[in-house]
Amino acid sequence: MQPQPKAAAQSAILSLDAVTKEFPGVRALSEVSLTLYPGQVTALIGENGAGKSTVVKILTGIYQPDGGRILVEGKPVTLANAQAAAAHGITAIHQETVLFDELSVAENIFLGHAPRGRFGLIDTKAMVAQARDILTEIEAPIDPTTRLRDLSIASKHLVAIARALSIDARVVIMDEPTAALSHKEINELYDLVEKLKAQGKAILFISHKFDEIFRIADRYAVFRDGQFVGDGAIQDVTQGELVQMMVGRAVDQIFPKRSPRVGDEVLKVVGYDHPTEFADINFTLRRGEILGFYGLIGAGRSEVMQALYGITKPGKGAVRIDGQVRVIRSPADAVAHGIVYVPEDRGRQGAITALPIYQNVTLPSLHRTSRNGFLRLAHEFALARDYTARLDLRAASLETAVGNLSGGNQQKVVIAKWLATQPKVIILDEPTKGIDIGSKAAVHEFMAELAAQGLAVIMVSSEIPEVLGMSDRVIVMRQGRIVAELGKDEMTPETLVRRAAGIGETE
Amino acid sequence: MNRYLQSREVILSAAILMLILLISLRFPAFIAPANLANVFNDTSPLMILAIGQMIVILTKCIDLSVAATLALTGMVVSLLNIAAPDLPLVVTIMIALSLGAVLGMVNGLLVWKLNIPPIVVTLGTMTIYRGVIFLISNGKWVNAHEMSPAFKALPRHVFLGFPLLSWFALAVIVIAAVVMTRTTLGRAFYAVGGNPHASVYTGLNVGRTQFWAFTISGALAGLTGYLWVSRYAVAYVDIAGGFELDVVAACVIGGISIAGGIGSVGGAVLGALFLGVIKNALPVINISPFWQLAISGTAIIIAVVLNSRANRPPGRIILKQSEPAA
Repeated sequence: MQPQPKAAAQSAILSLDAVTKEFPGVRALSEVSLTLYPGQVTALIGENGAGKSTVVKILTGIYQPDGGRILVEGKPVTLANAQAAAAHGITAIHQETVLFDELSVAENIFLGHAPRGRFGLIDTKAMVAQARDILTEIEAPIDPTTRLRDLSIASKHLVAIARALSIDARVVIMDEPTAALSHKEINELYDLVEKLKAQGKAILFISHKFDEIFRIADRYAVFRDGQFVGDGAIQDVTQGELVQMMVGRAVDQIFPKRSPRVGDEVLKVVGYDHPTEFADINFTLRRGEILGFYGLIGAGRSEVMQALYGITKPGKGAVRIDGQVRVIRSPADAVAHGIVYVPEDRGRQGAITALPIYQNVTLPSLHRTSRNGFLRLAHEFALARDYTARLDLRAASLETAVGNLSGGNQQKVVIAKWLATQPKVIILDEPTKGIDIGSKAAVHEFMAELAAQGLAVIMVSSEIPEVLGMSDRVIVMRQGRIVAELGKDEMTPETLVRRAAGIGETE
Repeated sequence: MNRYLQSREVILSAAILMLILLISLRFPAFIAPANLANVFNDTSPLMILAIGQMIVILTKCIDLSVAATLALTGMVVSLLNIAAPDLPLVVTIMIALSLGAVLGMVNGLLVWKLNIPPIVVTLGTMTIYRGVIFLISNGKWVNAHEMSPAFKALPRHVFLGFPLLSWFALAVIVIAAVVMTRTTLGRAFYAVGGNPHASVYTGLNVGRTQFWAFTISGALAGLTGYLWVSRYAVAYVDIAGGFELDVVAACVIGGISIAGGIGSVGGAVLGALFLGVIKNALPVINISPFWQLAISGTAIIIAVVLNSRANRPPGRIILKQSEPAA
């Protein structure tokens, strides 16, 4: 059914040769290789954090590699910025399309390279006509004069693809393009991918869905922890082998040894439902326990936690804390009932950098350190001193602005802030995302300590070693539902990936 | 932050002192204590309004309706004075504060409950409030002879050597300083403006905090409304026209970050005094009013540049995650 790659198509159009990319404290890519051929779809596969998005950003000129070469048709090139990447015919269609809502479809397609008329002004008529030609070519039933905001997400994808065609792209990167599409729209997208293939474009297809990888990809490349693991033709590999390549690693991280003393039930969530984000969420949590929440990004884990914390409101469902039914309408309610949430995006959602350390630490506990709305500074300082000392936070003074601290110390301030509320349940959302190995170990150590003190910990994590190393129990979520609950002895990397990706189940 | 803010307040105080000294070189009488007290008194309305505006700006909002609120409240209390000349002044002041607070609450509710950008909300209410003045006054002026003598005398009444107008400003400064540094509400203003997302996760209600900021700003504008019409002994549709821009300018000069979360009562007061000194001094030393505008404008731009430079380093330090000390 698929056209066999012709002899001419065997020479690579774009390749990465031993490309390395480092961020402070983190090696995002370590000498990876990747080769794309014209008329073929290459699926890029890897866990969250394997380095896929870094590759996309390097190929589109947003990041510069720290080492290695980028070859276009065998010649080394520098992709200094997005324009340079576009000039080499490389274009990306992102998860959330990067287009302009207020402009028309034609303007979106031709932004930056619109046909010019007299006096260098944009020739609108020609632009609309050319846009219509391209849209007809991909059989997209879209009027080029429509404003983009009036289109569905699927149609926006088509516009993004039309834009790719308009700059005569030779390499099209699709970063989880089907994530937000309906079943019918997905099939239309597959047809389009076939058309692009037939035109000899090289396609890099990033996806977590194994069924679609096996349906449309010709080749695969697997990354793990920023390293290249292997590649080849898709017909030479099975799902099981791909999963093995994604997760099979030597366990080189050491996790704190724990002998959990699991106590009484502290939290019970019954029948949580949200119209769009999750459904039928039931779980319990006990004192002294670390409960892992694993799933792919976008599986609805953080959304459940945010509902539990009163940021969003579930449509249905109830929460029991220490056996009492509690209604949580706002984060203030959650804190009052002993639930705290350390969010994933600690920069945006964590510390208030302009305020001094002590004010950050006491912010959620002000009801305890104030009387009739008046602050009692001595109480505040005592509380802040106590909890920052417990976390071994070193700063010249508690009056130092948090913005002047290092990243690790800022994190300590955020954690001290939550511990100072004396919670029963602490929810840690991706607690070690984007921090270096040393700090990771410290966070794990600390988590174990919290559980040992009788706190119930929920750890939302996308890192398999962390989930396996830290949790007493794991709940796996997929597409907004709980698909598995695994005890300590049932957890293996393979089961986690299989359940999270929905392999071996009928949908 | 405190140390750094204090240092900025020190810089601003030094700038004001320098300005006063420069002026006194050409016009020595300017530094006579009586004259300086006069400058303070003259700047009192601006200081009171700037404190209210500072709180609003701290929460990442802006209140363009302050001058209109002032004018509407001023007109209402003037008409009330005509209708009931014997109304005790305490009641008049309470009415001015309450009416201003209600007008501020309108702004606050629109921002909180309908999520309309504050600049749009207050631009709208600014026009509406001016329109209401026209409706209730039929566009006519309330002149000095229509106001009761006690009504007009209050701000000029001298108490312990200073007119009551100055005492009102001092009282507002002291109360505001206590609220901002010693109450949970004051802390919430800083937190909400400093990082709204983090504030939500901390359990603060961002919208409600902004609502209270607008309410306070409105109440202070209402108070100033009475002080203004009684001091100048006149009320009409356009009093204090465009004054909201002076108020915002005072805040910016005083180091209140337009991005929210950074600022102090001291800064707002000094910013207002800086403008007050320029406004009072330049005419005396025969500098044209056009230069006044140019000097105020320059001061605003210098203040913004200083602000943005001072606010840059924290952004850089966050990225030093690889430091072994972390």
